[in-house]
Amino acid sequence: MPEEINLEIYNADPLTEDVSDEAMEAAPKTYAPLDAAAESQADLSAEMKALGDAYAQALRNGAPAEIQPRLDYAPYRSSVLRHPTKDLHHADPETIELYSPAFGHMDVHALEADLTIQHNGEPLGERIVVSGRVLDGDGRPVAGQLVEIWQANSAGRYIHKRDQHPAPLDPNFTGVGRCITGADGSYSFTTIKPGAYPWKNHLNAWRPAHIHFSLFGQEFTQRIVTQMYFPGDQLFPLDPIYQSIVDQDARDLLVATYNHEQTQPEWALAYNWDIVLTGSKRTWTENEALGAEGDDHE
Amino acid sequence: MSKLTPTPGQTVGPFYGFALPFTKDRELLAPGSPGSIRLQGTVYDGAGHPIPDAILEIWQADTEGKVPHHTGSLVRDGYTFTGFGRSAVGNTGVFTFTTVNPGPTEEGAAPFISVAVFARGLMNRLFTRIYLPENEEALAADPLLSSLDPERRKTMIARRDADGGLTWDVRLQGEGETVFLDFEGSSQ
Repeated sequence: MPEEINLEIYNADPLTEDVSDEAMEAAPKTYAPLDAAAESQADLSAEMKALGDAYAQALRNGAPAEIQPRLDYAPYRSSVLRHPTKDLHHADPETIELYSPAFGHMDVHALEADLTIQHNGEPLGERIVVSGRVLDGDGRPVAGQLVEIWQANSAGRYIHKRDQHPAPLDPNFTGVGRCITGADGSYSFTTIKPGAYPWKNHLNAWRPAHIHFSLFGQEFTQRIVTQMYFPGDQLFPLDPIYQSIVDQDARDLLVATYNHEQTQPEWALAYNWDIVLTGSKRTWTENEALGAEGDDHE
Repeated sequence: MSKLTPTPGQTVGPFYGFALPFTKDRELLAPGSPGSIRLQGTVYDGAGHPIPDAILEIWQADTEGKVPHHTGSLVRDGYTFTGFGRSAVGNTGVFTFTTVNPGPTEEGAAPFISVAVFARGLMNRLFTRIYLPENEEALAADPLLSSLDPERRKTMIARRDADGGLTWDVRLQGEGETVFLDFEGSSQ
């Protein structure tokens, strides 16, 4: 791991798992007993289908498309007590909300965009390059802004002590990356394709392989955290988190595209994924319009 | 109106803890430095239980009401006020920031701190505001607060602690449910 990368970033949280050799040996190696009382995938799938069918019917009856996930989406059981029951209150953004925190190369080292070089050896798994652009709702590049990602390793295990999945940790993979977008809004991460990941929402619940993305725009109203998926995943119809976006066209927006032209021979598969933030509510300065934000911006 | 369809959000999930926190993430300035205050609170679910896996971000003007444009939130130099902070809650659902009282960004405006809330089980981030409790006149004139009934309005106004700090809780659901904001109009 290059010394320039701030290791403290990775160790800032007390929940961070110790990935020393000792800790690796202490990792759980047994399977948890299956919970006979847990709900089945069939039950969950029926619930999701009913919600999806009702939405499709509403669309046919002229209802507007729902672009964002439903906050109230009972098939994701943890959402039941964690969604507001009152409608979001419409507000016109005020001054502070019309600007975004500024990040730059002071905040993020260029090497943080390569998740495969953070340790002494090569991580196990399928090496991939994920790249794309961050755009605002008007199609303008979001330049000089922070992109953060985190993910499971190739075996589907997160470096987190609450992750009890008995899959191996990889001493050469942490699964955290950051970068600052270029003048054209571009970002690129080199990483390992994450594995599917089991969770306890219901019996035999598996998350499709995904990478968490955290994004800032030029206005705080554009702040978003989301997940990128891989094309053709057979777990899509079974996953309540992906299905919480009831509109097929909208949830398709979370799926990356495989790009063979950018795939590097003998090295890495390439995926492309563009992220569109909500529309701008402020008139941009000339510098922003030119994509000149970053360290020198005042 | 947007020309492109925005990418949908997704839950932050349970495993942000090794990724999103960073050194001094919740210290917009050093604790104990002149003018610094503690901003603290608890995140609750619809059963009134603290949520142990939520993470909050704040974004605010400085004491003069100026919007910061400085980089350096992730690697703080100890002197530059960047206006941005991030605090994961602990096991008891409590978050803490060290910051300053924001000034009004316009003459007579009610000062507030902008907030984004993320949690496992929360499908998409939620926006809200923390208004300072002083200056009744400005609060009464605030376009957002004056559009809310008194019970709901209270959820966006912090309490001033004896030590000069602010206490403000997040209730995702149920009695005293925090007012969360939609800046987009009908498209969520």
